[in-house]
Amino acid sequence: MGNFLVWVIWFVAAGACLGTGVAVVSLTNPFYSALALIGNLASLAVLFLLLSAEFLAAAQVLVYAGAVMVMFLFVVAYLGGRADAPWAGGSPLLRTAAVVAATALLVEIVVVLGLAWGDELSDPADVSDSFGSPEEVGEIFLTDHLLAFEITSIVLLVAAVGGVVLGTTREKGADDS
Amino acid sequence: MSGPGVGWYLVIAAILFGIGALGVMLRRSPLVVLLSLEIMLNAANLTLIAFARQHGNLDGQVFALAVMAVAASEVAIGLGLIVAMARRRVALDVDQANALRG
Repeated sequence: MGNFLVWVIWFVAAGACLGTGVAVVSLTNPFYSALALIGNLASLAVLFLLLSAEFLAAAQVLVYAGAVMVMFLFVVAYLGGRADAPWAGGSPLLRTAAVVAATALLVEIVVVLGLAWGDELSDPADVSDSFGSPEEVGEIFLTDHLLAFEITSIVLLVAAVGGVVLGTTREKGADDS
Repeated sequence: MSGPGVGWYLVIAAILFGIGALGVMLRRSPLVVLLSLEIMLNAANLTLIAFARQHGNLDGQVFALAVMAVAASEVAIGLGLIVAMARRRVALDVDQANALRG
């Protein structure tokens, strides 16, 4: 019974995930695209939960669906009508090539994954209940991957400073005094 | 693990990556290109977490956390660039923005 319930949740989350993904790419209004991406990230968080990655699911909702998407929606609102670009560009040949390239990428990923791990994926490892909890992830992050943690913090700092520098305008002649 | 096996999650991640790649290559609005990039990064995250579950090893989840931080920085820089483009009256169209001169 519990097994059936997990399948139902998986189907709903995966369907929502793919549907909102298609919506992000196909909608003409960037505002609706951004809203669809919020749904995409939320349904991905459900999939993360099913894979017993509780901390990452929470971080996904907080960082992505919360902070990043609010920033996105602010910029879309700030740009207003100027954000509307034509749906797709280039010649019909280029567009066909883009679709072919994306399909080829998808087929490649599926074939490579299937060839390399198709046999082993049927029986996942047994994990304890605390797998993916903030304690365990935090412990590994701050011991085995301490260097990655520090570099991540520097990347975030540089990005924040860069965002401010890019966003400020210097009025010519205003700071001559 | 009850429910669908790890392979099913990998299929979803592959399809999501394809959708994102299509958006990056097809769309002209830089905002939508950034959104499609987010889809691709999240598909990679889903793969990392699926394999972390498969092998019972948390390293993949830590990597996914680092990817999230990098994606957040990428959005901050990308949106800064888009706002700077809009301020300079550059058309918000990736097909026309092909020169890096300020």
